Amino acid sequence: MDFDFDSEQNDLRVAVRGLLERAYGDAEQRRKVVAQDPGFDEKTWSRLAEMGLLGLPFAEEDGGMGAGPLEVAIVAEEVGRVLAPEPFVEAVVLAGGVVAAVGTAVQRAEVLGPLAEGASVLAFAHAEPGTRWSPSASAVTATQDGGTWRLTGVKEPVPNGARADVLVVSAVTDGATALFLVRGDAEGLTRTGYRTHDGGRAANVRFDGTPAELLGEGTGDRTAEVEQMLAAARIAYSHEAIGAMDTALRTTAEYLKTRKQFGVTLNRFQALTFRAADMYIGLELARSTALWASMVADAGGDVVSAADRARLQTSRAGRHIGKEAIQLHGGIGVTAEYKVGHYTSRLTAIDHLLGDGDWALARLASGVTAYETVDPLGAPYTP
Amino acid sequence: MRLQLSPELEAFREEMRTFFTTQIPQDIRDTVAARRHVSKEHYVRTQRILNAAGLAVPHWPVEWGGRDWTPLQRHIWREEMQLANVPEPLAFNASMIGPVLAAFGNQEQKERFLAKTANLDIWWCQGFSEPDAGSDLASLRTPAVRDGDDWVVNGQKTWTTLGQHADWIFCLVRTDPTAEKRQRGISLLVFPMDSPGVTLRPIELLDGSFEVNEVFFEDVRVPAENLIGEENRGWDYAKFLLGNERVGIARVGATKRLLAQAKEYARATTVDGRPLAEDPRMAGRIAEVENELLALELTALRVVANSADGRPHPASSVLKLRGSELQQAATELIVDIAGPLSVASYAEEGSDVPDWARVATPEYLNYRKVSIYGGSNEVQRTIIAGTILGL
Ligand SMILES: Cc1cc2nc3c(=O)[nH]c(=O)nc-3n(C[C@H](O)[C@H](O)[C@H](O)COP(=O)(O)OP(=O)(O)OC[C@H]3O[C@@H](n4cnc5c(N)ncnc54)[C@H](O)[C@@H]3O)c2cc1C
Repeated sequence: MDFDFDSEQNDLRVAVRGLLERAYGDAEQRRKVVAQDPGFDEKTWSRLAEMGLLGLPFAEEDGGMGAGPLEVAIVAEEVGRVLAPEPFVEAVVLAGGVVAAVGTAVQRAEVLGPLAEGASVLAFAHAEPGTRWSPSASAVTATQDGGTWRLTGVKEPVPNGARADVLVVSAVTDGATALFLVRGDAEGLTRTGYRTHDGGRAANVRFDGTPAELLGEGTGDRTAEVEQMLAAARIAYSHEAIGAMDTALRTTAEYLKTRKQFGVTLNRFQALTFRAADMYIGLELARSTALWASMVADAGGDVVSAADRARLQTSRAGRHIGKEAIQLHGGIGVTAEYKVGHYTSRLTAIDHLLGDGDWALARLASGVTAYETVDPLGAPYTP
Repeated sequence: MRLQLSPELEAFREEMRTFFTTQIPQDIRDTVAARRHVSKEHYVRTQRILNAAGLAVPHWPVEWGGRDWTPLQRHIWREEMQLANVPEPLAFNASMIGPVLAAFGNQEQKERFLAKTANLDIWWCQGFSEPDAGSDLASLRTPAVRDGDDWVVNGQKTWTTLGQHADWIFCLVRTDPTAEKRQRGISLLVFPMDSPGVTLRPIELLDGSFEVNEVFFEDVRVPAENLIGEENRGWDYAKFLLGNERVGIARVGATKRLLAQAKEYARATTVDGRPLAEDPRMAGRIAEVENELLALELTALRVVANSADGRPHPASSVLKLRGSELQQAATELIVDIAGPLSVASYAEEGSDVPDWARVATPEYLNYRKVSIYGGSNEVQRTIIAGTILGL
């Protein structure tokens, strides 16, 4: 076991950090970008594409870079560090990941190529009002009409659902969850976009006999593949959260060193510096767990279980750090004009998009009697 | 010790409940219940109805509209108001400047301000905090210099809640920069917000709301008669005022209401075909917060019953501290009940996300403020450790 990244991976981090620092090192710049639709900067999106990041995890023959979960982890963490609003995890890791896992060779080339080039934004339309972090679909149904598949029902909230050029949609057919591609300009498609509290965008996506293309071969149940890709995205979100927590903590520590009350800087009050120390403890424990989960994914171990463990740890740490970062700042922490509260907002969104800490805990709890001890280097985490 | 309320108090509680649930317009109570923006007009309309019935400022001296109630009656009044989703009388008027004017103002000032303050004909805002004077309020700088019959005020206040609605500001200013103890050189001035030289800059909060402001003063001339109490005694009045601010800040009734709503939302949310309210972990979390709230309510009642001599019970610091934590816990619960829908904060028509789930996260983020203002929770701990435990 080795937690060190190799030099190529370190170079990747330096390059991504440089690009995103230029775009969002000034928090005011991010505020401007998220104030307008589509909630991210198309130019930065193109630059991410030029650097190869939008095709990072996909096979080279599909137009990707052929990199793995560790590289994804690096990029996600850098995204989180400056709260870059570009939907890297949502569009590339999750929506793109589903197409890479399930799509035919032709579909992969047709969909992932343009995604990697920055020419097309993808969204995974999976969540449905009335369900909660389920790997299968239930409210949107698919029926075949002649040779054409048609979808009916509502997906919400769909991150970047209004902006997306292509939607990857889960739908029920014959009791099984199948996956489909829907073009943004398809007939019978109504998309109502709105801002999310973290500056992002989501949408209500309504299908009304909307023509769709079946993703992959056959209509067998895709729940397991969706579960796998959700797990990969949960791990990537853990890294994004860690980048965000890291900045929230650094910003707070810096503030304690500069803000003066009672004639001294706040770091003279141990009641406050100990709280910052506790934030650090939470962050480092979460970081270890997330890195381990990415290594499990890289090695081909049980990614679903590893993702639940990373989710639980980062959920707890993210809440703790998000709340404390604001509290230790005092009034300025709750303003939109200062950056730290936006980190709390984003951490809160990440915590609820693909499963929260209690949800991950319940999944882990249900299996707790099935093994004696958790061995991070043994089954089921190593293949 | 006795568990039940006396028959008289039982009747009093019923009277309050009936009044609040029948006399305050439904549209206003619905807005509060929906946790949507309560407008200036809502506050004004409510407070005038309350005032007409003698229910806006019962804790003031009888001469100025007070009711000579026992602390327990006041507690019941406040809790019933919160449970009924009634916007409370504006704190800046009813709990802050009103009692100060009644206690320390001269007769002319009382006659000039108190009735209008009770009726919200004057909307007051609180000009205490400055950019460099937050927890350390006594370090405030804003100078007021005497020039003939006027005080001339320069400088800046910040975090001024609802200053955009305010007609008048009560403001701590430094009138003696040479005083040996910095607490001794502070005075309390009141002046209209439309005085020449007063400007306001709104501060946007995390939930996109505009409820606080920076207020700038440039050669603002304030007539000497607008000084409250004695020159350089402003700190005493501020302490008196902040003591009042912390009473009722536990907001037990409001948190109870939030928890009742949380249960309703959890019943309406299905997970794998079952109501979320039946999920043992979720139900356990709700029960845990409820029990903490019960402990807080009982402590509030104990404190209230014990402070009949008018001096706050030492344990009242517990009320602010734990009260704010439980308000925050309740808003967090609602975000978690909304789950994935909690991101859809600014959804409008065309969304299937229920309204309560849309407001959940902005409210959660906004409520981070309650452990910061009115004396942060760290300041409360300092009081408990220092004043109560002698540490
Ligand atoms: C939404 C909102 C509304 C407000 N409304 C008003 C208003 O209407 N009028 C008004 O005058 N003010 C208002 N305030 C200001 C409020 O009273 C201050 O924010 C509060 O006093 C804290 O000051 P600060 O924000 O400068 O934080 P700081 O004092 O800078 O504190 C930063 C952090 O350090 C901690 N800290 C500071 N000193 C110590 C210490 N000695 N030991 C341990 N910890 C310490 C604090 O608890 C906090 O966690 C409002 C604030 C907010 C957020």
